[in-house]
Amino acid sequence: MLRSDRVFGLVVILAALAYIASAFQLQTSFLSDPMGSKSFPIGLGVVAVICGIVMIFKPDEEAEWPRPVAILKISISVVVMVAYAYSLKPLGFLFPTTLAAGILSYLITPRITFNVLAGIGLAVGLYLLFRYALGLETLQAIPKGWKG
Amino acid sequence: MDILANLSLGFSVALSPWTLMLAVIGCFLGTIIGALPGLGPSNGVAILIPLTFSLGLDATSALVLLTSVYYGAMYGGRISSILLNIPGDEPALMTTLDGYPMAKNGRPGDALVISGVASFVGALLATIGLMLLAPLLSRVAYQFGPAEYFALYLLAFCTLGGLSSKNQAKAAFAAALGLAIATIGLDNQTGMPRFTGGNLHLMDGVDFLVPLVGLFAVSEVLIYIEKQGKDSSLGIKLEKVTIPFREIGQSFFTMIRASLVGFVAGVLPGAGASLGSFLAYMSEKSIAGKKGGFGTGVARGIAAPEAGNNSAAGGALVPMLTLGVPGSGTTAVLLALLMTLNITPGPTLFTDRPEVVWGLIASLLIANFVLLIMNVPMVKLFVYILAVPPSLLLPGVMMISFVGIFSLTGSYFDLLLMTGFGVMGYLFRKIGIPTVPIILGILLGKHMEDALRRAMILSDGDVSYLWSSPIAIGLWVAAIAGFIAPMFLRPLLKRPDRVID
Repeated sequence: MLRSDRVFGLVVILAALAYIASAFQLQTSFLSDPMGSKSFPIGLGVVAVICGIVMIFKPDEEAEWPRPVAILKISISVVVMVAYAYSLKPLGFLFPTTLAAGILSYLITPRITFNVLAGIGLAVGLYLLFRYALGLETLQAIPKGWKG
Repeated sequence: MDILANLSLGFSVALSPWTLMLAVIGCFLGTIIGALPGLGPSNGVAILIPLTFSLGLDATSALVLLTSVYYGAMYGGRISSILLNIPGDEPALMTTLDGYPMAKNGRPGDALVISGVASFVGALLATIGLMLLAPLLSRVAYQFGPAEYFALYLLAFCTLGGLSSKNQAKAAFAAALGLAIATIGLDNQTGMPRFTGGNLHLMDGVDFLVPLVGLFAVSEVLIYIEKQGKDSSLGIKLEKVTIPFREIGQSFFTMIRASLVGFVAGVLPGAGASLGSFLAYMSEKSIAGKKGGFGTGVARGIAAPEAGNNSAAGGALVPMLTLGVPGSGTTAVLLALLMTLNITPGPTLFTDRPEVVWGLIASLLIANFVLLIMNVPMVKLFVYILAVPPSLLLPGVMMISFVGIFSLTGSYFDLLLMTGFGVMGYLFRKIGIPTVPIILGILLGKHMEDALRRAMILSDGDVSYLWSSPIAIGLWVAAIAGFIAPMFLRPLLKRPDRVID
């Protein structure tokens, strides 16, 4: 029977083997202690492999996976976060934050007017809070090039 | 009297207007964080760490601010347990059992006051316990060499993993994953890069604040997006708040006993506040017997878990400060704070930086009184905050997480990494892999490996050196027992079901 735990156990084993393999590739330096820099990672990899095997042979009850709509919502929010991560520096704080906060707000409770206001309010409010009350200098409100 | 001299040093730090103000702000923020479902002590403190760091607060101020938040969150967690039947944070789960029925019986104000007083008793006794026990334990900790530290770290992983998860293999995997993440970066002993894949961003290793905020805060928001629509609104109206002196008097001994139970549970590495409130509730329930009416909304059923939970929160600070080993998820977050501030917790902290430790203890004593005032006469204020809609709160949490991490390095790479950890945390929580051991692994990984390697240098590669002293043997035995025992105790530790309308 295929269960999430079995699939995950297999992923764990493969990842742990890859980790062990790359631990063997580590360059050693001439200044080495009795244990060296490989043993600890290799030990961790072995522990993880054992855990993976246990998960395959003794899986828990199947996890409750979200319905397709919820999966879609979560995927959208992840895409929003990635886009936000890339745009925060080049586009300044206000525009990406309004958009990202608004979309996340919509995903939680879809009420357009409220979501738009939440986005704008969070962007402006947090900007004022971070920039002036907490004095974070690194935060740019708008892209650098736009200032006269 | 050493303690009195130390305390006066502590109060001289804590009573400065600046520190006092931070303690009050921390208590206020903490109560809000605790009260709001979806924001608990661990993710609340986690998103605040990067901000305090970029604000440039000095060590004492930052520590006072965030431990006040921590204490405050333990108080605040009960508010939504009682009014919404939704625990504001995990340790407050037990408070729903009697708190919500009492509120439904038309006495929400009484429930809030009794639990507030119980929180105060628990936290106060725990802070006094911390004051007495921590210096003693720090003296024992001087005997610790690398072998003992290695065994101690192992103990923390075993008990934390054993108790906080339903499945030992998953907990052990989580710990190994955390430790493996900590091996990324330059090797402490040889200075050679490991597991960086040639990526320059990874050369310095993974900043532990990034997985911390990702696993605790971002994944929480994703969980919320999945569950949306299932949250309930404020169902119970809070009218006038009066103080039910008689019931507080009747449950006084319950509070004292629950505080003791909670404190012990808190001091044990890995157990933490959730276990503290659980054990306190269960032991009081069996003392009261059938006639006690536990579960129907009795005062003692509210007092016990709240005193136990707050006392365990204080107790969990003992191993964190003296040994550098956190006793719970939230103290793991506080350990991250100490490490960000370049403070090495452990026995030397008490001799080298007494102003930090005693300033903190004195601030906690003050914070307790502040919290009592905020949580009994001013409790209505926080009830209004519960009305903040999640569609405003959670995007706010997300944006604060991003800005906090962004302000540390200003690099998009850390933000992507944080998002990645958030998704990972979400998936792990779905399949029942605990996230706290991952954080603990990332925090302790370097220390654990160093301890092991230094032990091997001392013994010239003889592995049996790791269990050659009585202290080390004791720790190994406790570690193995802590990992294995929960497999058999699990049926006994089954939590009672939530009250369903």
